[in-house]
Amino acid sequence: MGPWLLRRLGQVLPTLLILSVLIFGLQQLMPGDPALILAGEERGDPQVLAQIRAELRLDRPLPEQYLHWLGRVLVGDFGFSWRIREPVGALILAKLPVTFQLAGMAFAIALLIGVPMGVLSAVRRDRPLDWLANGIALFGISTPNFWLGIMLILLFSVELGWLPPSGYVPLTEDPLQSLATTIMPAFVLGNSIAGVLMRHTRAAMLTALSQDYVRTARAKGLPERVVVAKHALRNALIPVITLGTIEFGRLLAGAVLTEQIFTIPGFGKLIVDAVFNRDYPVVQGVVLATALIFVLLSLVADLLTMAVNPRLRTA
Amino acid sequence: MRPPVLEVIGLTVEFATDRGPLRAVDGVSFRVGAGETLAVVGESGCGKSVTSLAIMGLLPPGTRLGGAVRLLGEELLGQPGRAWQGRRGRDLAMIFQEPMTSLNPAFTAGEQVAEALRLHEGLAPRAAMDRAVEMLARVRIPEAARRARQYPHQLSGGMRQRVMIAMALACRPRLLIADEPTTALDVTVQAQILALLDELKRETGTAVVLITHDLGVVADHADRVAVMYAGRIAETAPADTLFARPEHPYTVGLLGAVPAIEGGAGRLASIEGTVPDLRRPPPGCRFAPRCPFAGRDCEAQPPLAEVGAGHAAACWRAPLDRMLAA
Repeated sequence: MGPWLLRRLGQVLPTLLILSVLIFGLQQLMPGDPALILAGEERGDPQVLAQIRAELRLDRPLPEQYLHWLGRVLVGDFGFSWRIREPVGALILAKLPVTFQLAGMAFAIALLIGVPMGVLSAVRRDRPLDWLANGIALFGISTPNFWLGIMLILLFSVELGWLPPSGYVPLTEDPLQSLATTIMPAFVLGNSIAGVLMRHTRAAMLTALSQDYVRTARAKGLPERVVVAKHALRNALIPVITLGTIEFGRLLAGAVLTEQIFTIPGFGKLIVDAVFNRDYPVVQGVVLATALIFVLLSLVADLLTMAVNPRLRTA
Repeated sequence: MRPPVLEVIGLTVEFATDRGPLRAVDGVSFRVGAGETLAVVGESGCGKSVTSLAIMGLLPPGTRLGGAVRLLGEELLGQPGRAWQGRRGRDLAMIFQEPMTSLNPAFTAGEQVAEALRLHEGLAPRAAMDRAVEMLARVRIPEAARRARQYPHQLSGGMRQRVMIAMALACRPRLLIADEPTTALDVTVQAQILALLDELKRETGTAVVLITHDLGVVADHADRVAVMYAGRIAETAPADTLFARPEHPYTVGLLGAVPAIEGGAGRLASIEGTVPDLRRPPPGCRFAPRCPFAGRDCEAQPPLAEVGAGHAAACWRAPLDRMLAA
């Protein structure tokens, strides 16, 4: 276990290094000159442009720009946003709790709906409950987030007036109000993932329930709920964990449309604004942070899978 | 008189299929006493596994069962599923053909044996685990305490089948059904496992139903034999008698005996033809289409009639000597 973890952590650094090259390189392919955008009204003045380029090191060769950026990142300095003139690190740290809260709530909703529904529909296969669950899953998967978001706002904010239609209150400021501002976007995001989780849980449960060891568990005289919840589910969770972590990672990477509709100041909004403004340090910083989150999440996924699958632990 | 441990009377099992109902077991009767081993023999698809699953109450919901299955005189068929479930693992236990897949890969061997003890004997987790280790030692798993902490994938096939046996016998069941317990194992391991079953049976007085297609296993380990063909019992007899004097042509075929028959009824070295489609079984004797002795009268179903002490055959031609002599 110990050596495995070290080896696994050893993979993280090279992965991130390769990613950093990709992030930096791909960004250069984006059309548009950041100096022109930053110069604004004065874009006609070559002297201003030259000054901006010199200030931002845009006049240096690409490898030098990259190494300079990387050197700063390695000591924890993500640079300054060209546009907002704020440290990128601080920007990310400011958005991170928002995104974590939204993603956490959305994922909890997805798990609470998707997994039990998948288990039930496998147990009640080809019966009304299964059809209902499949219908709900299909609805979740096929409903566009922006549409569902607008419908929820119409119903709960405009018609019933129960929830604020937009905005965000930090959890530390007013927990209840914070939940009120995030529950609708969290449901929108969770709803689509719930459908995916339900379908996968159902398939995995059907496979598990047809295994010989389930028959053995029944032959032992175990009540059906123990057979399902212990013997079958434990094995069915293995693929669901992998899928769940990927979905959670995608949530953390930001939900652009949903954040836009509910005006939630999360990662999604940060990166879209940065891309449009050619704010390279912010784009690089956010993408790198997202990549780091993904890499760490896949490590968590591996650890979780090992916890439920002894074949991996002892191999 | 004490009732036998297991009494099956006129058991029928019918599955609904897309192409109509399929009667996989059709009027099977047998009984097994304490400490006795009854072997149920037959080809794949003859209904022997379905019979055992029916006794365990493990057939899928929607399967139609008829007849009677009595455990220690108590009728099981028609009981609510819950009552049956409470007896599984405690009074009735079963080991399966596939030791490689019959254990849950997510739990240790010890946990899986202990689970039954916690459920049926209400033991605390620690006590159940101690007993599980004892059971593993009893089925001759070396270093039982260490093995108990291992997962199925760390055990060999023979070892896994021993774990299955430990699990099945942990609560000292009255009846053990062993469905082809050694088919998936190496020959040497087969012999060890069967010897172990014999020994445990002698110690505990458990009645054993041994499902197999291997006549060698029957000869060495069974007290009595029921030969099944196409969902029915063709012949039943004490094991010695069956090998010495088979009375049903199908049994004769199974044993590979080649009775020299004057008059050119043919040789029986292998059984010609295939098992009938149970959705449209032949009328009367189901073996008739493959039987070298079949005649017009075989279009009526022959009863399972006594031909000797404890020996019955469902054949109009039985006893065969009479006909062979003629």
